[in-house]
Amino acid sequence: MAEGMAAVTTVAQRSRQVVVGGWRLMRRWPVIPAVILVGIAMMAILATWIAPQGPYDQDLNARNAPPVWQAGTWYEEHPKVQQRYFLGADYVGRDLLSRIMYGARISLQVSGIAALAGMTIGSGLGLIAGYFGGLIDEFIMRLVDAWLSLPFILVAMVVAIVLGQSVAIMMGILALMAWSSFTRNVRAEVLSLKTRDYVSLAKISGASTPRILIAHILPGVVNTMVVILALRLGGLIMGEATLSFLGAGIPSPTPAWGLMVSEGKDYVDTAYWTSLFPGIFIFLLVMSWNFLGDWFRDYMDPRLRQL
Amino acid sequence: MQRFIARRFVFMIFSLLAATMVVFGLSRATGDPLLLYAKPGGYGMSPEQIEALTKKLGLDKPLVVQYFMWLGRAIKGDFGRTILDERPVLQVIRLKIFNTMRLAMGALLWAVTISIPLGVLSAVKRGTFWDYAGRAFAIFGMCAPAFWVGLMAIVLFAVKLGWLPAASMDPLRSAPFSWTNIKYYIMPAIILGWYPAAALLRLTRSAMLEILDSEFIKFARSKGVRETAVVWKHAFRNAMIPPLTMMAVMLGGFIAGAIVIEQVFAWPGMGRLSVDAIFNNDFPLLTGCVLLFACMFVLANFLADIAYAYLDPRIRYT
Repeated sequence: MAEGMAAVTTVAQRSRQVVVGGWRLMRRWPVIPAVILVGIAMMAILATWIAPQGPYDQDLNARNAPPVWQAGTWYEEHPKVQQRYFLGADYVGRDLLSRIMYGARISLQVSGIAALAGMTIGSGLGLIAGYFGGLIDEFIMRLVDAWLSLPFILVAMVVAIVLGQSVAIMMGILALMAWSSFTRNVRAEVLSLKTRDYVSLAKISGASTPRILIAHILPGVVNTMVVILALRLGGLIMGEATLSFLGAGIPSPTPAWGLMVSEGKDYVDTAYWTSLFPGIFIFLLVMSWNFLGDWFRDYMDPRLRQL
Repeated sequence: MQRFIARRFVFMIFSLLAATMVVFGLSRATGDPLLLYAKPGGYGMSPEQIEALTKKLGLDKPLVVQYFMWLGRAIKGDFGRTILDERPVLQVIRLKIFNTMRLAMGALLWAVTISIPLGVLSAVKRGTFWDYAGRAFAIFGMCAPAFWVGLMAIVLFAVKLGWLPAASMDPLRSAPFSWTNIKYYIMPAIILGWYPAAALLRLTRSAMLEILDSEFIKFARSKGVRETAVVWKHAFRNAMIPPLTMMAVMLGGFIAGAIVIEQVFAWPGMGRLSVDAIFNNDFPLLTGCVLLFACMFVLANFLADIAYAYLDPRIRYT
């Protein structure tokens, strides 16, 4: 029976099935963002082995070398250049592709650690504000409001310049950027959770306040926390890139994408590729996180749509 | 309604007070502000002179007292003088703020004219070309770094094609709405407005989708109302509440965006002024800028809250 069915399916029908099936798969699951994200993550993890050169290897002869498909006679005109630069080279002759690969590490590390730190601090404050209520709640929420009213980029730049620039400080600054949305949403969730019967029962049976918070309320807000984490990561990556571009983020010569765009900007009229490619990767990474975040939110809990 | 406004207003004051504390704390974070004026050694300042300067700047008083002194002066509009050239901070800001406002107005104009029609269109014609065009527009605006888009736009439109000027404002100061003047606004305003436009588009689209699905729209349709009237008269007016209120918040968002855009396009506005202040260690100027940004932002949010409550009475009771 099955064989008979297969026999009457023509090639055209089969290929139509594949297209429709593929389309359905892509609508249901975030295939493209996941592929991009896994690709960038692999680049970051394997950079040491797959990058054609080190991220700091310079060759001043290869300054602003064009990407291979644009090279034309460039390599003949510059016989001293030993290597081939697939995406071209920057203003001191460092291989762009290698720096982009190592830059993926910085981007993912910095944003990931900052997001986790922001999630811990922000959710902690949200738990406290929501559970205790009253003055503590009012104080924490006004703090959130005040924090959100400050122009974040300026504050971050001041902090970076006062404390000095390093990858660790950048993580701290981005954690400061991330915490407030966790506080707001976790608090709102806790406000409804704490009136549930099981929390009252825990209180009656003598559970201590920390125990109620951690064992009974926290599990109820983990969903929200993870969804916000996924939604915020794109913004954090963008924040890191923007600050690095403005010269108050990751210090040179570390390969960070925003910094690479900035380093290329003085040569952009003759060597646009030095700024173009790192920017494309920022775009791809931010886009795939945003898509995954949106999808994840709808998948976990459609009620969270307004987050 | 009056109670709601009063409550919101008190919150606004609290937010601003907390913001001023952060700003003041930041301005003191570099250590002794005295060192900004008088480097130890080098300037030939005698201990007596330093003492006099300390007294003049009020640095001999406790930090809390200093904060209130600073706050008192700031309320009266006295932000002190810039360190770099000793001009009053407010005067320096006044020279730049209108340039930023003009840019923001241009950006707002472009954001609203593109995003609202496209948002409505992509909701009404869901799943068609227009829907996908709208979504692609939104994705690009949300995810492409503004500084990079700006740089690439300069390469393409100014360097390669030579259609538009690469940066800054019109140096000849030609008539306000002449083409030579407008040319300078096109790239920075579009790129500054793209992110807010994307957000506005998404909001318009989802609001329209929600309204178009409601009972009174079905009723209007079954009554035989023409589709254009259903979309524009019945659905659009109700769907506009969230996007309208968001526009106030957007103006606040322009401020943050302007910092980056002005840097890329060498635009002589507030964003560049504050970034220069940071790199020059000019803290009186920087605190003035940050405080002004914070005021505008808080005020915009306050107005948005009120507009929302006015347009949608359900909000007031929650």
